[in-house]
Parts: sequence; structure tokens; C-alpha cells
Amino acid sequence: MPTFGNGRRVAIVAGLRTPFERSGTLFKSLSAQELGRAVVAELVARTGLDGEEIDALVFGTVVPSVLAPNIAREVALLPMLPKGIPAFTVSRACTSANQAITDAADQIALGHADVAIAGGAESLSNVPILHSRGFANALVGASKAKSVGGKLGALARIRPRDLIPITPAIAEPSTGETMGQSAEKMAKLNHIPRDEQDQFALRSHRLAAAGTQDGRLTAEMMPYYVPPKYSDVALSDNGIRADSTPEALAALKPVFDRKYGTVTAGNSSPLTDGAAAVVLMSEEKAKALGYTPLAYIKSYAYAALDPGEQLLQAPVLAAPLALARAGLALGDIDLVEMHEAFAAQVLSNLRGFESQEWAERAGLTQPLGEVDRSRLNVMGGSISIGHPFGAMGARITTTLANELRRRNGQFGLMTLCAAGGMGFAMVLENAS
Amino acid sequence: MRPALTTEMREGGVAVVTFDLEGESVNKLTRGVLEEFKALMDRVDSDTTIRAVVLISGKPDLFIAGADIEGFLELRTAAEAEALSREGQELMNRLEKLRAPVVFAIHGTCVGGGLEAALAVAYRIATDHPKTVLALPEVQLGLIPGAGGTQRLPRRVGLRQALDMILQGKNVRARKALQIGLIDELVHPSILLDVAIDRAAKLGEAKIARERGRAVHGMSDLVLEDNALGRSVVFRKAREATRKATKGNYPAPLAAIDAIEQSYMGDRAKGFATEARLFGEMAVTDVSRQLIFLFFATSALKKDTGVDDRSVTPIAVEKIGILGAGFMGAGIAAIAVMQGTVVRLKDAQHERVGHGLSEVNGILRDQLKRKRITRHQLDDQLTLVGGTIDYSGFKDASLVIEAVFEDLKVKQSVLAEAEAAAPRAIFASNTSTIPIERIAANAKHPERVLGMHFFSPVVKMPLLEVIRAKATGDEALATVVAYGKKLGKTVIVVQDAPGFYANRILAPYVNEAGLLLDEGVAVDAIDKALVEFGFPVGPLTLIDEVGLDIAGKSSAVMIGAFGDRMIPARSLAKVIEAGRTGRKGGKGFYRYEQGKKKGVDETVYPLFSSTGQRMLIGARDIVERCVFAMLNEAARCLEEGIVSSPRDGDVGAVFGIGFPPFRGGPFRYLDTLGIPTVIRALEVLDGRFSPRFRPAHILREMAASGAHFYPERERPR
Repeated sequence: MPTFGNGRRVAIVAGLRTPFERSGTLFKSLSAQELGRAVVAELVARTGLDGEEIDALVFGTVVPSVLAPNIAREVALLPMLPKGIPAFTVSRACTSANQAITDAADQIALGHADVAIAGGAESLSNVPILHSRGFANALVGASKAKSVGGKLGALARIRPRDLIPITPAIAEPSTGETMGQSAEKMAKLNHIPRDEQDQFALRSHRLAAAGTQDGRLTAEMMPYYVPPKYSDVALSDNGIRADSTPEALAALKPVFDRKYGTVTAGNSSPLTDGAAAVVLMSEEKAKALGYTPLAYIKSYAYAALDPGEQLLQAPVLAAPLALARAGLALGDIDLVEMHEAFAAQVLSNLRGFESQEWAERAGLTQPLGEVDRSRLNVMGGSISIGHPFGAMGARITTTLANELRRRNGQFGLMTLCAAGGMGFAMVLENAS
Repeated sequence: MRPALTTEMREGGVAVVTFDLEGESVNKLTRGVLEEFKALMDRVDSDTTIRAVVLISGKPDLFIAGADIEGFLELRTAAEAEALSREGQELMNRLEKLRAPVVFAIHGTCVGGGLEAALAVAYRIATDHPKTVLALPEVQLGLIPGAGGTQRLPRRVGLRQALDMILQGKNVRARKALQIGLIDELVHPSILLDVAIDRAAKLGEAKIARERGRAVHGMSDLVLEDNALGRSVVFRKAREATRKATKGNYPAPLAAIDAIEQSYMGDRAKGFATEARLFGEMAVTDVSRQLIFLFFATSALKKDTGVDDRSVTPIAVEKIGILGAGFMGAGIAAIAVMQGTVVRLKDAQHERVGHGLSEVNGILRDQLKRKRITRHQLDDQLTLVGGTIDYSGFKDASLVIEAVFEDLKVKQSVLAEAEAAAPRAIFASNTSTIPIERIAANAKHPERVLGMHFFSPVVKMPLLEVIRAKATGDEALATVVAYGKKLGKTVIVVQDAPGFYANRILAPYVNEAGLLLDEGVAVDAIDKALVEFGFPVGPLTLIDEVGLDIAGKSSAVMIGAFGDRMIPARSLAKVIEAGRTGRKGGKGFYRYEQGKKKGVDETVYPLFSSTGQRMLIGARDIVERCVFAMLNEAARCLEEGIVSSPRDGDVGAVFGIGFPPFRGGPFRYLDTLGIPTVIRALEVLDGRFSPRFRPAHILREMAASGAHFYPERERPR
């Protein structure tokens, strides 16, 4: 069976995240940079990793800060780490942390690195608010004008409507369609009824609540003492609704198509703040440093399709590719972690796995098959746990590696959809 | 010996002189160096190819540390000291008027005589670097600047800035120095010499004027400094503030004000003469000798590894665990992260951890406010502390410091937990009373258990008592001593006995204050007498600050250990029993409103006395009883080997519990009073209050043999 790495197996040695908090709540005053630095500082402290051993740091973020666009470097410049760790920031929408992980893994596989930290951070409480084009033009014009009269003249061109700031929407630049509208369209195309979506959301919340209760989810988190008062401590994900009921979910109005729609706030993932990171090592290095790997990266794959078609359906193309690269079939997989942007999207992806049409599009003769629900998102997913875009891939990687060990399974598959019509899949192999 | 000054000629007739005193870590103005400077100036006078001079240091991060203070101890009379000052003044005058202009290229510390010289030369360039600081710290040694500093500094930076610098003796950073006009230019270290040479060449060609007025001048200068009336207001205020701060115990700051004032009287020669005379007077005061001794003692302690075996090397401490996120634990965490140490701060509950982190944040923010750190450093330092309620992240810690509840069982159990969680770590207890040996009773590695007794508030208090238990190994001891120094503390190693040293000598002193209360003396009368003696606060204010509950626990331990001379004071016990905790609870011997100390809480008296009437007793009696109890206990500590030398005992008392620095510490004070005199006084007191004032053996022995704690040369005269 082939394994990614050209003979240099890449181990996931440890993973950690902040609790995921709905935007505008506990972490509202924290930047992605602060969240990212905190989680890596804690990861290094907990693993006792010697900073001198770290060869690379890769971080993902989707809405970058204008002030510190290379967040990875700011994280790498943590005071407990040496200043000489090269670091770069990657962006591939909701798979940005996966991109960080696979880039770091590639570097290890190539022999360019032995130890890397990869992850991501997102603060959707702190998205940059832009000035209108008219306002920006006037400001630039005024700064370039030589005379006071010229400056005033430039500023005088500002109209009231120019003062309205622009908040970035989660819309596809190529189609103008928001993600919710895309999910709504997918629900219709794939015939996903409202109650099935609501049931899936309910399942997500219940399983996440159980995972929090029994400590499996909290084990992958650090307590986050929120500055400057430190009286608030984030200890778990605050998007999880343990008390959610089918009735409460059914009562919600569809957001994106008020008349015939099925996608509601209840069966979608919330905007979330958080950060997550993993430590990756070559197998030999892990051994030399005395670390016990959690899992090895068996394979991964990215795929994409026309965003105007079914924006979040590309995992259906990525998963077969990753499985083929691992030499495995869906039946070999003990555990599946599927990113839950919308219940409609998860259910569409699952239907795609079973569909002959999608199989053919993926270049397969047979569909991948049905995912055993008892092995799917066993501690919930993004709908309940939350969805800080740039961090989430590292969260799912850690969850999958840990749970694979707990269940003594051999192989785990994760899939993630991403804006731009992209998808990602990775196969992990339990290291124990 | 290689000369300290080496000269190299550069283009344009610029002589670059490098100052690098062989065999010393710092450049100081020793007798030999002064002679070399004179020879240099002779050469400049005669060699007309030299058109300008640049002076730069060959030491890393140090320009000139000032005069050779060792030499001051040799001064016998005020006249001798005055002559030394005159000589310094003349040297600076010559430097000022030298045919070729002199440029000082300053990187690193430039203090005392170094700054006085800098004030005399034509041009000063300093580096924009955190290590570059300028100061006239003479008053901290009981002296005043004696080489023209009091005369030249006001001309350069203005009266109020000059008073501030000379009376406080604090370091001025380069950026501030430029702002106030103390230096002429600020440059990056890498171009310091180039710019200095360029400036020197231009000065040599008179392209830059040698005499320039004050650089900075504002509106308030016009009102307060540029006329005699305004200045008289400034001087009056300065004298008032100084008298209030020194309580008449430190003559140097007032002498400095006199010297500065004379510089405004229009007679230059008289101004310099006044400075020299006052320097002479100050140099032979007991106060100055005590302060110089303390300076030497702390310098010596900086070099002391804490162990006799020179081959023992301390382990580098890069990560520590702190158990207990209370006031002490957070304080220790804060000073640790300031030094770049990774800290795991653990407590039992998240709420307490959060509280501790908030405390750390507050301490660091205060550092930011005082401009000791930058915003960026603040962020980094905060990132170094990780809060936890389990032992996560402890595994690779090299030191674990416990600051948990003062209870033997609790301390033993956290030690066991820490040994499991951090298998290689040294375990240090921050206990103030419990013997380390008992805490280590069940330790797997008793050789790695010791005490680190910090004083509160940790960030401010300069002393650290490192407690060596019988089983403590050299490596652990040396590591903790070295780390304590890294944290900026003055470290003394003391032996493991109840109260260790500082709290042990404090106990009979505080207890005596309690017994005075029992007898009917007023709270404020006791505190006032001891503040006048020179303590920063009186004993009852002190225990209000420490917390009466904590003081009560400590005194119980001391009474248990030294019952014969620690008759428990009824008053203290009753006030503690009444549930008063002092400042933190808003109620103690004093009243506290919104954190501010108000007057004596009169309702405290009925707690232990049936009559509200307070009797009058002379301040002298109060001082004698409290202080002699302390001196006697300090002598016992030396006798028992709790402290290994009078030096450690003096430093410990001054920096740990605020023993008046101008008295040098208990042992130097005993030497000053004369041991036989003290014994006679103790015997009289013992007659009245047997047996608690019975003189220590060591005192009797020393009195019998006419011995002193310090050799004659080091004693006050």
C-alpha cells in the first residue's frame, strides 16, 4: 500500500486548539494573530518541543489582517521560539489549515524539514471593514495633492454615500452567490429535505455535546483565559447546543430563500473565532526526539469544480483521489470526519459518494459507496463545534487522529469543502 | 599593565582615544586612569596636528562607570576628600578648555564621573540603545557629584531636570537624554564612531560652535528657571520634598541642592568651591560609608555562586512551573517572564489562574506605563505565561516554585505532584516559615528541594532568600542562586530554620511592638518612632500591609520555635482573632478607605485593652526595645550559622525588611553602637523583661575579646 512521503513518513505528533467561540462573543477583542500565537505557545509548552528543532511554520487564514498579512511569521516570532524559523501563510478558503498541513508535510517528505508546526487561525469578529472606492479615491487624492486647496478639493468630492463602509460578505467573487445561497441550491439539486437537514444538525449538536461532556473534545483544547481581565475563561466550544430540539430547529425560518428554502441558521455552521495547530515530524525525527506519533499521513488530494454549479460538492471529487493514492477503498476506512459547512452540503456530499454520475465525474467506474453513519463525525462537526475558516482543518486533523487512536481503528478519512468550488480529502493511518 | 587609553590618529587631525581599562569589567576613573587623561591632555596641548579628539569605550555596553569608589574608603578627612574633588574639577575644567575640542561617543552606561566629564566636553553623541543610560547616582552612595556635576548639569538640562537627576540618581535613557538636552545627538550604535569623527572634524574646523546654549527651552522654564524668584520657588519645593523623603537621615541630597543653588549665584569659582567642600563633608559621613559598604556588599553578592565548590555549574533555567496563582505566585511569574522564562502558572481552579494572569498583566502593564518595556515586549512577555489547572507543560520545566497555601500538608502534596509532573525539576518552596526539611520529608529527590523566599510585592522587593536544607545539593543551590540573580534579585543563602533569616529577626521586633501595645502605648506612637529611626514603615503598618492573618501564622511558628524570648503579645493575638486582616481587608490597626491608608483605627484598642487611655512612652524606649530585640536575634542567627556572614545579614535586613540603609544593617549598626554598649542596654532590658532580652552568646564573646563584625577599614568612623 502506498504511503505519502516517498519513504519519509510524515507523523502527526500532537494537535491543539483554542475552544471555538461564536464571533462577537468571548474572543471578540482578540485578533487571529493573538489566537494563533496563543495556541502555538501552548502547543510548544505542552509538547516540550525544543524550538531549535522546528524547521518550518505554516499557517492558514482566510480573512487576513491588513496590518500583519503574514500571520505565520508573527506566530513563528513567539518569544519562546528562535527567530530563525521560516514561516509562510497560506489561503485556500476553509481548507487553509489543511493547505498549511500538506505544505508542511510536503517539506518533510522532500527532506527539507524534519519538524514543522502547521495550523491556522481566524477571527471573524475582526474582519477588516473597507472604505468605499469614492472615499478611498478622495483620501489618496488628498494625500497626493501639493496645495491645501488641492487637498480640500479632493476631500470635497466625498459624497454621503461614500461614507458607507463595505463589509466583506462570504460571497463568491466569480458568481456573486453567497455560500448560503449555494447551499440552498445544492439542497434543491440533490433533493435534501428540510427535516433531514435539521436532523443532521441535531445529531451534530448532540454528538458534540457528548464529546464535550466525556472530555474527548475538550482534551484537544487549551483553556483560554481572555485578556485583559482574564475573568472569562473559554473552556469549550460555545456554539454547541446540547438542548437543541427538532421542534426548535423546525421553527427557524429559511434564510436564503424565504419562500421555498430549507437552509436555516440552525442547520448551518456559525461564524466562529478560533485557532488550531498540529506538530508534524518525519517518522525518524519523532523517534529520535522521543515523541510517539498519533497518526501518519497516508495520502491527500485537492479537487475543484465550477463554483457556479455546486459550490461545496468538490469533496466528492477529492475523496476518491485521496483513497486511490492510499490504495484504499471506502470500506477500509474506520472513521470519517467531514466538514459541516451546512447540513445540506454534508448530505449532498454523502449522496455524491453514492452516485454513479459523480463517480464517473471522479473517473471511477463504481460509486465510492455509502458512508457508515456510525463512523461519521462521531463528535459532531462544524455546525455545532464551529467553523473558524483558517483553523478548522487543523481541528479536524487532530480530532480524527485522536479518535482513530481511541477507537483503535486503522484508517481515517477527512473531507472538507471550500469556497471557490474546491475540496480536500486526506487519509490518516493510526500510528499505534 | 597595558594603558587604559590608546590613541589612533584619523584623517583630518582627529585623535580617536579608546578607553579600555585592563583587568576590569568596567571603565572607571582610577588614579592611574586620571594620570593617563592628564598625559593625554598634555599631548593634545603640545601636538598641533591634533585638531579634535573623540573618546570611545572599548568595553561592551559600558562607557564610563564613574569614580573608583574603593578609593573613597581610604579618605580620612573632609579636607582630603575636598582635595580629591578639586582635582576632579580641575581635570574636567581642563577637558572643557582643551585646545582641541573633545567629542564623547557614548555607548552603554555613562554615570558619575563619566557623565561629569561628558558634561565638560564640547559634544556628546549617544547610541539609541537600551544599554545606553546616563546618571549622576552619587546621592545613592551618600555623596554628591564632585567633579563639576552640580555646576554643569543645570546649565545643560535646566534646573528642574538637574535636580531630578541629581536628587534621585536615576538612570536617564538615551532618548530622554536627547529630549532634555543632556546629549547633542542620538545615533545607531553601528555609526557611532563615524559620526563622532565627523562631528569632531567639524568642531575642529569650527564649523560647529563649541559653546552652545541650552538646547531645550520652554514656557515653564521662563517662569521657573530664568529668574531668581522662580528658582527660589523651585529650590524651596525641592528642599521640602527632600526633607520629607529623607527625614533628616540622609544629608547628601540637601548638600546637593546647596551646591546647585550656589551655581546660580553668579560666581563660578565659588560654585565649584562649594561643590568640593560639600563633597568633602559628605564623603566622610557615616551615612556615606554605610551606603558604599552596601553597594560593595551587593556587588560581591552578585559574584557569589552560593556554593563553595567552584566546579559546580548552574543549570540554565528556561522554563519554570509555578504552583499557586495568588499574589506571590503571580508576582514571581511576572518577574520570570520579564527575563524571558517560559512560565506555567498552575492553580486548582480556572478562576484563580485567571486572577493570577490578570495580576501578571497588571504588573507588566505598569512596566509599560513606566516605559521600562515596549508594547511589543509586553505582548511577548504575556505570551510566555501559560495558565493551567493540571500539570500540563511541566514535564520539561527545570524549576518548580510553589507559592501555595502556607500549610505543611498542602506543600508536601504539591511537592509529590510536582516530582511526578516535572521529573527533572528543582523544587523550590516560597514558604516564609515552614522548614524546608519538613516540606521535603517525603521527597524522592531531597537534594533538589530548597527554599526561594521572595518578599512581597515580588516585583519591587530586591531580596531573595535562598534556603539551603541539610539535604539540598550544590547543583540545585547554585542553579537557584544564579536564577535569582537573573531575576534581578540580591540573593543571600540562608540555612533552614524557622523564619530563616529575615522573618526571624523581624519576629521579635514586631512582637515587641505588640508588647508595647499591651502595655498601653499608642499604635501611631510606635510606628512613628520606628519610622524616625529609619524604617520605611512602622511595625504595625508593616503587618497591616503583609496581612494580619499571615503575620499571625508566622508569629505562631516563631513562638513555637523560640518561645522563651517570644512572649506572645496579647494585643496582636486579639486583633487577629477579631478577624481583621489589615489593608487587604480594609481593617487593621489603621483604617483603609478605597485602598488608601487613613489614621489609626481607634476601635482597635477596645479589642485588647479595657481602658481607651494610651500611655506615653518615649520614642527612644520604643526604638530601643524593638530594634535591640532585632539586633540580638540577628546576632543569634550569625551564631547559629543561619546567615554565613555579617555581610549577608546586613544585606538581608536592609533589602528584605527595610532596615535603615544609612545604618548599614544590624551588624554594622552593632559595630557603630559598640557591642559592649548594646550588651549593657540589653542587660538593663533583660532585668525588666527577663528573659527575652538576654544577650546572645556571640555578643558576650565578642564584647569580651573586643571584637567587631567588620574590620576597621570597613567600619564607620
